[in-house]
Amino acid sequence: MKTARRAPGRVAVHLLLWGYAVVALLPLVVMLLNSLRPTSEVFTAPLGLPTSPSLRSYGQVWTEASFSTYFMNSLIVTGGAVLLGTAVSALAAFPLARYDFFGNRVLGAYFLAGLMLPIRLGLVPIFYLMDSMGLIDSLLGLTLLYAASGVPFCIFVLSAFYRSLPVELDEAARLDGAGEFRIFGQIMLPLVRPALASVMLFQFVPLWHEFLYPLVLLRSDEKFTIPRGLSQFFGEYTTDWSALFAGLVLATAPLFVLFVLATRQIIAGLTAGMSK
Amino acid sequence: MPRWRVLAVFLLPAFLLYSVFIVYPLVSALDYSFFEWRGIRQAGFAGLDNYRDLLSVYPYDQQLWRAFAHNALFFAGTMLIQNTVGLLFAVLLFRYGRGKRFLQASFTTPYLVDPLVVGYLWSLLLNPTFGPVNALLKAAGLDSWALPWLGDTNTALPIVILVNAWQWVGFPMLMFSAALAGIPAEYHEAARVDGASAWQAFRRVTLPLLTPAIGVVSVLTFIGNFNAFGLVYAMAGSTGSPAGSTDVLGLLFYRVAFVEGGVEAIGRSSALAVLMFVFIFGVSLLATSYFRRRERRLV
Repeated sequence: MKTARRAPGRVAVHLLLWGYAVVALLPLVVMLLNSLRPTSEVFTAPLGLPTSPSLRSYGQVWTEASFSTYFMNSLIVTGGAVLLGTAVSALAAFPLARYDFFGNRVLGAYFLAGLMLPIRLGLVPIFYLMDSMGLIDSLLGLTLLYAASGVPFCIFVLSAFYRSLPVELDEAARLDGAGEFRIFGQIMLPLVRPALASVMLFQFVPLWHEFLYPLVLLRSDEKFTIPRGLSQFFGEYTTDWSALFAGLVLATAPLFVLFVLATRQIIAGLTAGMSK
Repeated sequence: MPRWRVLAVFLLPAFLLYSVFIVYPLVSALDYSFFEWRGIRQAGFAGLDNYRDLLSVYPYDQQLWRAFAHNALFFAGTMLIQNTVGLLFAVLLFRYGRGKRFLQASFTTPYLVDPLVVGYLWSLLLNPTFGPVNALLKAAGLDSWALPWLGDTNTALPIVILVNAWQWVGFPMLMFSAALAGIPAEYHEAARVDGASAWQAFRRVTLPLLTPAIGVVSVLTFIGNFNAFGLVYAMAGSTGSPAGSTDVLGLLFYRVAFVEGGVEAIGRSSALAVLMFVFIFGVSLLATSYFRRRERRLV
C-alpha cells in the first residue's frame, strides 16, 4: 500500500525537477542557437534549429557594433579595479589585524561601515565629484570608484585571514631583523593568497555586471563597458535578432569561462595552503 | 610596534580611496538633500522641503507611491514564488540520488548571467510576433495564451517577477539545502517514531529549524528587490513601460536625478536616495532582530 502510493509521487518529483532543469537552461540554449543562425531564420521559425550554423553574427557584433572595444574597456576597468582594491586592502588589513595602535578599532569600524552602506545612495554626489575632477566619461574614474567600492569587503575578509595566522611568525621574523614591509610581503601575503583569490573573484562578478554607474558616468561609445554598450546596442540593432543574441552570448561568455577557471583555481589555492 | 610612517604607508592608500569615492559622496547625499538647488548651485538651506516636495509635488507624489507599491509587490511575489519554489527544490533534492549535482548546477546557472542580459534575453523570448515563448504556446494549441506579455499593463509586472525568480531561484535553494544538511537526522526519526506524517514532520520539525535560513533569505530578497534596476531597465526601459506599470524606485531615482528632474534634480533625487536607504536599512534591521528573537525561542 505504502510503496504503491509512493511510486507515482516519486515520478512526479523526477518530472518536476528535470522539467525545471529544462526551464532553467533552455532560454540560454535558445540564446546560443539563435546567435548561430541568420535573423530571417529566427523570424520565420522561432522554434527551429540552425540549418547551417555560422559565426557571422559574432564577427558583425565584435567589429561593427564595437563589442571588441566594450570588452577591452570592461576588462581594463574591472580588472584594474579588482587589482587596485585588493592591493590597497591587503596593505591596510595587515596593520589593522596584527598591530595594536592608537585608533585601530575606530579605523576598523570606519572601513567596515562601508559594508552596510549602498554606494548607489551616493550616485548624484559621485557624478558631481567626478565632474569636478574631470573624470566624467573616463575609464580611470570608473576604475577608482569600483576599486573603492570593494575596499570594505576586502578588508573585512582579509583581516580575518591575517588574524588567523600565528603571532610567532612575525615575532620570529622581527627578531631575525626583518622590516615590516618584508614581513608583509614575504611572510603574510603568501599565506593569505587563497583568500586573495576568492576576494578578487567576489569583487569581479558584480563589477563586471555594474550598469547604473557606467550609464550615468560614461558618455561616448569608445568608453562603454559591456553592460553600457549592450544597452546602446539594443537601441540600435532592434531588428537584427541574430546580432542581438550574439551580443548577449558575448556579454555572458567571459563570466562562464572565468567561473570555471576560478573555482578550480580557488580550490587549488586552498588545498595548496593546507599542505604547507 | 612599527613607527607611524610605516603604518601610514600601509593604511593611507585604502583610507584615501575609500574616503574620497565612498564616504564623501554618501555623506554629501545626505547634505544635498537638505538644500535648495538651482541646477548645480546651492540656493540655501531647505530643511525638509525636498522630502515634502517628493511626497506632494506632481508627478512625484503619484510616481513615488506607485513605484513603492510595485517594489512591495515585487518583494511579495518573489517571496511567494521564488523562495517557496527554492525551498521545495531544496527539500526534494535533499535525498535525491543520481543527477543531484547536475540539477543543482542547472538551477543556479542563470545567476551567473548579468541581470541586464537576462532582461534583454527575456524581452526577445517574450516578443509577441517573433518570440519563441508564444510560438511554443501556439504549437501546444494554447493560442489564447499567446499574449503580448510585456506589452500589457496587467501582465508586465508579474512577468518581471517571474523572470527575476528564474534568475535567482538557485540562491534560496542553495541556502535552504545548506540549512537542511545541518539538521540532525535524529529529529526526523523521533518525529517518525511519534507517528508524524511526512507533512507534519516538515511543518513541525523542519520548517521551524529553518528559521535562520528563512531570515537570511527574506532579508537579502528584500534588499535585492528594493534595489532592482538593471533587469527592469532592460525589460521596461527607464520609465517602466507599459504606462509605468513596472516602474520601481530604482528607475524613479534614476529619472529624477538624471532624466527629468529639472533644476531641483539634485535636492530631490538626494532626498529620494536617503528615503530609500533609511527604509531599506531600517526594515532590514527590524527583520533581522525579529528573526533573531524567533531563533532564540527555538533553543
